[in-house]
Amino acid sequence: MNAKVVTISSGKGGVGKTTTSANLAVALAQENQKVVCIDGDIGLRNLDVILGLENRIVYDLVDVVEGRCRIRQAMIRDKRLPELFLIPAAQTRDKSAVSPSDMIRLCEELKDEMDWIIIDSPAGIERGFRNALAPADLVLVVTNPEVSSVRDADRIIGLVEAEEKGPAQLILNRVNPALTKRGDMLSTDDVLELLAIKLIGVIPEDESVIVASNRGQPVSFANNSKAGQAFHNTAKRMLGEEVPFMDIEANNGFINKLAKMMKFRGD
Amino acid sequence: MDNFLEKLFGKEKKSANTAKERLKLVLIHDRTDITPGQLESLKNEIIDVISKYIHIEPNKVKINMTQEGKEHRLIADIPISSTPNRRK
Repeated sequence: MNAKVVTISSGKGGVGKTTTSANLAVALAQENQKVVCIDGDIGLRNLDVILGLENRIVYDLVDVVEGRCRIRQAMIRDKRLPELFLIPAAQTRDKSAVSPSDMIRLCEELKDEMDWIIIDSPAGIERGFRNALAPADLVLVVTNPEVSSVRDADRIIGLVEAEEKGPAQLILNRVNPALTKRGDMLSTDDVLELLAIKLIGVIPEDESVIVASNRGQPVSFANNSKAGQAFHNTAKRMLGEEVPFMDIEANNGFINKLAKMMKFRGD
Repeated sequence: MDNFLEKLFGKEKKSANTAKERLKLVLIHDRTDITPGQLESLKNEIIDVISKYIHIEPNKVKINMTQEGKEHRLIADIPISSTPNRRK
């Protein structure tokens, strides 16, 4: 095995990096991939709660880097998906506890045993982001169809290119079809035109994501939510499958729905 | 109701279009690291230089940055004044 290191980034906070990291990890693990996700947000960890693994933390990323435990000991195995692991961030330290070269070394060590290493980058463009970027083979930029997050995404895309880690690919998160249809939300095409990068996922805004985070059970575990399906499609694209994008922005009128049902069933 | 009022009082621009246009400008300035103020002084200097050689109309000069995909372009539109000399 030779794992691919994927860094999930955004610049702006609150656009859904951690949710995306958790769901892509779950979706990939459900495709029989061995996945470890690393929480890069030292001091403000959250991937553990989103994955529902917060009660099982013994060691963390900083413990590994500072030699207090072996890497295996810090890997929490998800009992729901035995091929899914989490390396949590330390909560009582800061970003400077880890260096970019620590991250590269850590990923090298994990590569032989894994198919995917998913790194959840913290918000911002400072040390934490640099740490998350250093070992990346692929950077996925998460953005919402909204001015401030698109602007920050553009900064990240530029920084990723400057570090020769590009081209980054885009995950457009929290798309609200009703608003888009009304002309009050940037469409996928608008964002792609502005950012000029390749699209790998479009995730609709979905209340199930909130419910899922309440429960610590990412939406991708079940296949009954729109967001869950969209994350699964994104994971499949990461595996090289050609999956058409869900037509979430399409007209949802009755005639259109009927026409769509006759064309193809489901996404 | 909103739609009805919009139709009644003429088309108000959709906010997504406004967002897109604003973002286009912001991203160009972010990427090139040139502020609108710097662009303005660039414009003034260009007007000064060109005026040494050609009669132009300074208030009709337009200098804009545009983006097509990954290419950025500085576009200058400089109308030349129609001088009475020419017809002589």
